[in-house]
Amino acid sequence: MAEIVLQNVSKVFGDGTRAVSSLNLEVADGEFMVLVGPSGCGKTTALRMVAGLEDATDGTIRIGDRIVNDRSPGERDVAMVFQNYALYPHLTVYQNIALSLRIRHVPRNEMNQRVTEAARILGIEELLKRRPKELSGGQRQRVAMGRAIVRHPRAFLMDEPLSNLDAKLRVQMRAEISRIQRSLGVTTLYVTHDQTEAMTLGQKVAVIQKGVLQQVGTPQELYRRPRNTFVAGFIGSPAMNMVEAPLARDGDDIVIDLAGHHLRVPDEVLTARPALMTYVGRTLAFGIRPEDIEDAALVAGADGSIVHLQVADHEDMGSELLLYFDLEASPVLTQDMQSLAADRGADELRSLEEQARNRQARIVARVGSRSQARSGEMAAVHVDMRNAHFFDLATGEAIYGDHVPLESTVSAAGRAEGR
Amino acid sequence: MGQVDAISTAGAGLAASDSPTAVALEKRGRARQTGKWRPRRVLFLAAMYILLLTLSAFILLPASWMLTAALKPDLQPVFTIPTEWYPAHFWAWTNFGRVLLGHLSFLRYTLNTVIIVFFNIMGILISCSVVAFAFARLRFRGSKPLFYLVIVTMLIPWQALMVPQFIMFFKIGWYGTYLPLIVPSFGGNAFFIFLIRQYMRTIPRELDDAARVDGLNSWQIYWRIILPLSIPVLTVCAVFTFISSWNDLLGPIIYLDKQQTFTLSVALANLVTRAGTPWNLLMAANLLSMIPCILVFFFAQKKLIGGIASVGLKG
Repeated sequence: MAEIVLQNVSKVFGDGTRAVSSLNLEVADGEFMVLVGPSGCGKTTALRMVAGLEDATDGTIRIGDRIVNDRSPGERDVAMVFQNYALYPHLTVYQNIALSLRIRHVPRNEMNQRVTEAARILGIEELLKRRPKELSGGQRQRVAMGRAIVRHPRAFLMDEPLSNLDAKLRVQMRAEISRIQRSLGVTTLYVTHDQTEAMTLGQKVAVIQKGVLQQVGTPQELYRRPRNTFVAGFIGSPAMNMVEAPLARDGDDIVIDLAGHHLRVPDEVLTARPALMTYVGRTLAFGIRPEDIEDAALVAGADGSIVHLQVADHEDMGSELLLYFDLEASPVLTQDMQSLAADRGADELRSLEEQARNRQARIVARVGSRSQARSGEMAAVHVDMRNAHFFDLATGEAIYGDHVPLESTVSAAGRAEGR
Repeated sequence: MGQVDAISTAGAGLAASDSPTAVALEKRGRARQTGKWRPRRVLFLAAMYILLLTLSAFILLPASWMLTAALKPDLQPVFTIPTEWYPAHFWAWTNFGRVLLGHLSFLRYTLNTVIIVFFNIMGILISCSVVAFAFARLRFRGSKPLFYLVIVTMLIPWQALMVPQFIMFFKIGWYGTYLPLIVPSFGGNAFFIFLIRQYMRTIPRELDDAARVDGLNSWQIYWRIILPLSIPVLTVCAVFTFISSWNDLLGPIIYLDKQQTFTLSVALANLVTRAGTPWNLLMAANLLSMIPCILVFFFAQKKLIGGIASVGLKG
């Protein structure tokens, strides 16, 4: 068990593509760190560099107290779980799990004991004599994990292990992985493109885009205090609504002018974001999460932030209601927002571009199931401005006070080194 | 035909009532007209069978003729008109025994051939699989040009190499031994290297990754992972090598001089002499020498098919 430290790690491939740029990341001993980002952002490459399957072009990788850049994967004492499980098809489940021990000449008794122990933890004891092709996806996944567990490695590396499972199984396995990791206490670096997985599994989450680290923090920190528009738009589903809006002064209040509707910025927000005052009179990116827009009728003691809008569409999920509005304002169309939309699908990107062209931003609100609002009708919605987000339109950076650090919580080791 | 009409009309008549019997009867009526035994399908099957039987005849009839000839006693005319395609009058099974154990000692020749073929197969499998693994899985400088060089050697006809090779083996004193027939196969064969490499490339690279993380080095990955998964293509190479080696006449004729060292092909060829040919014995010997080939093919078939199914793509 050990910590994983990446210092200024970069990876440039032979044809010139920069997959990872100057990545600085620290995973504390026993911590569960999730690397999340859209497809092709470099997270898998980073993981493979830690595993030793790719050479780092630059920077150092430390596992525990050793720099492992020049060591082969076998020497690094890490175990990896692959997206496609990568089980040896010609070996039985037992042999699959035991292979790493056989190679290291572990005595037969101990090997047998460790394999059966791992199988017990994962509930696959009856499968030991079978071949991978006779197993279901979930069972294969467990065997792949068994192969990792049995080695008692210093770290687990997981590359999207749940992507190939159906939704129900994924939820089940997520809980299993979490349970196992907690009981074994092994440092884990977990890669995924699913932000739900990141939020539910990770003690810490690192968001990566195009090879560059965007923000590292607990899921709550990323959700409540995103450092830029990318993190804000990536974390949370449905995604945060982002609209270009001017910040203006209305008498004694500071307000956001949302297509003519004036939304007052509460004092606590102004206190938490001192730099916001410098934006008065300018247009910025205003972000509000769907869950922070509620049907005014369902909000007790609503203050002045009530807006009357025409409901363009609605989706009744049973447990909640999604309302869609078309606002006479521009959606934020920065590079970050375009990549986020593209990652969700070509249709999303086209829709975003169309919204920008017509100056008709589509806003999503997640309201309680008891709401009576339906499409085609006017609805009164309450915008919880206490959770409003503000970003600089040019840089995409969130507006707080001073410069927000990349890593929201500096580790003790880092402080000791005087970084 | 009339019966079919009766059933279908009965079905149609009862269809109005929608009872289960009516539905079943109607289905049967339709099936008779459009199911397994409709005229067009019967015609198709008949044509296929005729075609297959004809093709089989091309292969089986000569073998049957050989059997007829083999079962004739000495001095009995073998090339008769009309041709005798199957044994009818003569049943001299002792010919087979004579051929194997008599002065002709075909058992000895079979043994010689088996030794040569065995080592050839070993040589090919070992050398070609290792080289193919290097080309398929290892990254090293110049691997691409080197691979193309290997492929290019396939273009050289062996007839061009025949004489220089003989001179070389003669000079190092290998004439008269089995070495010139065995050692070259340990040097690899461009075609098999290519075949095996292409097959190995279909094995997911993730298995290599998983193996490396498990701590296996390149040799162990070859021996424990890639090689077992390549059994289908290795079987193909082994079968090809077996057939060409078993039937090889030119090699043994060039390099072997002592009669006890002769292979089956040489021995069979030697039976045809200017002083007359014992056709019945020759045919018996031929039939015997075919048996190992057939056996190998049957066993290889199973391994080939079984092997392909075991390469699971997801895990």
